[in-house]
Amino acid sequence: MTTVDTTTENRIETMPFSKALNAGLRKAMEDDPRVLLMGEDIGALGGVFRVTEHLQRDFGPQRVLDTPLAESGIVGTAIGLAMGGFRPVIEIQFDGFVFPAFDQITTQLAKITARHEGRVSMPIVIRIPYGGHIGAVEHHQESPETYFAHTPGLRVVSPSTPNDAYWMIQEAIASNDPVIFLEPKSRYWPKGEVDLAAPALPLHASRVVRRGSDVTLVGHGAMVSTLLQAAALAEAEGTSCEVVDLRSLSPVDYGPILDSVRSTGRMVYAQEAPGFVSLGSEIAATVMERAFYALEAPVLRVSAYDTPFPPAKLESTYLPDPDRILEAVDRSLAY
Amino acid sequence: MRPWGSSHTPRDRLCAPSTADGESSVTVDKVTDADIPTVRVLDADGRFAPNPAAEEYLPLIEALPDGELEQLYRDMVAIRAIDTQATNLQRQGQLALWPPSRGQEAAQVGSARAARPQDTIFPSYREHAVTRIRGVDPVDIIKLMRGTSNGGWDPTDPRNGNTRIYTLVLGSQTLHATGLAMGLVFDGKCGSGDVDRDQAVMVYYGDGASSQGDVHEAMVFAASYQTPEVFFLQNNHWAISVPVSTQSRVPLVQRGTGYGIESIRVDGNDVLASWAVTRRALDEARTGRGPRAIEAVTYRMGAHTTSDDPTKYRGSDEEREWALRDPIARMRAYLEHRGAAGSFFADVESEAADAAEDLRVRTLELGSPTAEAIFDNVYSDPHPLMAEQKAWQAQYEASFQEGDR
Repeated sequence: MTTVDTTTENRIETMPFSKALNAGLRKAMEDDPRVLLMGEDIGALGGVFRVTEHLQRDFGPQRVLDTPLAESGIVGTAIGLAMGGFRPVIEIQFDGFVFPAFDQITTQLAKITARHEGRVSMPIVIRIPYGGHIGAVEHHQESPETYFAHTPGLRVVSPSTPNDAYWMIQEAIASNDPVIFLEPKSRYWPKGEVDLAAPALPLHASRVVRRGSDVTLVGHGAMVSTLLQAAALAEAEGTSCEVVDLRSLSPVDYGPILDSVRSTGRMVYAQEAPGFVSLGSEIAATVMERAFYALEAPVLRVSAYDTPFPPAKLESTYLPDPDRILEAVDRSLAY
Repeated sequence: MRPWGSSHTPRDRLCAPSTADGESSVTVDKVTDADIPTVRVLDADGRFAPNPAAEEYLPLIEALPDGELEQLYRDMVAIRAIDTQATNLQRQGQLALWPPSRGQEAAQVGSARAARPQDTIFPSYREHAVTRIRGVDPVDIIKLMRGTSNGGWDPTDPRNGNTRIYTLVLGSQTLHATGLAMGLVFDGKCGSGDVDRDQAVMVYYGDGASSQGDVHEAMVFAASYQTPEVFFLQNNHWAISVPVSTQSRVPLVQRGTGYGIESIRVDGNDVLASWAVTRRALDEARTGRGPRAIEAVTYRMGAHTTSDDPTKYRGSDEEREWALRDPIARMRAYLEHRGAAGSFFADVESEAADAAEDLRVRTLELGSPTAEAIFDNVYSDPHPLMAEQKAWQAQYEASFQEGDR
């Protein structure tokens, strides 16, 4: 007979994404004393998005480190800490500020396990708030995921809901490999239900978040909610869209995507990143390789334009919105 | 011979204008020891002649037993033979590359012998003497340079004396060392005052790497967290073809001071001075007095790597001048003054020749890794793409064998 732990039965709480992350970090730190947080302004301030609020108060300054203001230094010293048996979780303050650490991430962190023929693990999580829709100044709204997904040795994930935020941060911390953890900052504040009892999925699973029969819409991060809006609008027009949340950008869990495409015969990928050589490009190519005979139309991509992120007053023009997604849905259906 | 104390030091060239044809010009602005104290114990002829900066280190040096003095010499001779052998192996097409350590033996041997067993060492990529002293088999370095491994040895294997693998991206390892040292602080593994128990970290880098931002950030973090750490800079005067004067307009030892890190300059061709300065710096760092920086002034007597041609950028006068300060000859002269027997030197030469020959034999015996090595350790945890591509590669290879039947 299966034992049900009644203490966890009704542990569903509603909270914003940022609070879910905070709770997930707290849980990970409670579970493993080797977990420590590093970043700029993450201590007394709790981070510019307050994701680490009260954690330094509760765990002390040697487990929540307000580091000097130097991203390469943060990642480089985290590597040394991981060599010493710690499990560092880094907060990069904004997407555009990860690049000073790009060398340490790509030439060092990503390769250390391979260079040691598996004898040294690098259990480091790099949290990066990313994406637009917050009206911020330059270097504060970018989507750098492709660089990291392209780098062997890294894992890249992006939760889109508070429940995923809570569980995926813990799963990322438990991973023995470096994980780039992309937090869609426009989703920090909306609330959602978090099941504190058990995770719904493993870290690297993709997930169907809306069932449909005519077109498969796939995306990651903040774009998932845009896809759901588009699907709702399409339904009003008589088109049934299935929506898949990628969740893991590297490795990609193709199962649910291919199952969906084999059922609908049509697919649109949407992303906030520029489209040229992007996640959408890779997934479109793979779907065409693996589900060619199921396709009724070419896989279409809806991306940001291949330009630098424009001044924020233009972001709604630059970033894909439900209308641009529906335009692609219409083109797909026209084949 | 020019008196050692007034011969040209790196500072000499700092204010030297380049000549029109780009040739490095010689001494213009002589700086004496009085301006920049440089710890030196042996003079250029190997006589025990400590300068004022060395006085505070004399009790340490005088306590060194004969056996340890001889070991310093033995280490230097052995690594030069091994280094020469590896250079030859590269010339004969057996290695992709070799960065010779010739000329830097005293800085490396002195500092490495000064470290204690519980210390962790982060080399750059030329620290052949350092790694060997810590227990790393030189053939493991060969693996990296021959292309049979991207690492070479297991730093977690106790036989390797807590020696991390080489790093080819300059300066990167200074941050890793600082992070590891931060962890020692957090774990309370330093600062008790017991030099036999407290752990420290020593990281090696060069005058070229000193320009890298990572070195700057490492010193910022080290000072901020008061790490038990020694930054050991070998100023060998040349970053491939660019002189140290392009990297810094102040003596590099002054960089550390700017971060609030107590910094010491040492004659890096004097193995006794290198040993003493490092021993004290590590012990101060390990017992909680914060990080230390050492600039060891030395000279890369050979090429940057076997792909390099120093005749294109530096003059033979300079090379001849530094040849007169050969660290091995100096220590040999010192030991002779002390009365070491001729048979000792003969034994050392013979051991070194054996070590070099052994390296040649084992290099030629090294096999190639198998194709699985491409996929097996990219990640620590299972990874679907690695499994898929490994399986595909295996069946692709197998398809040729089927075709042969």
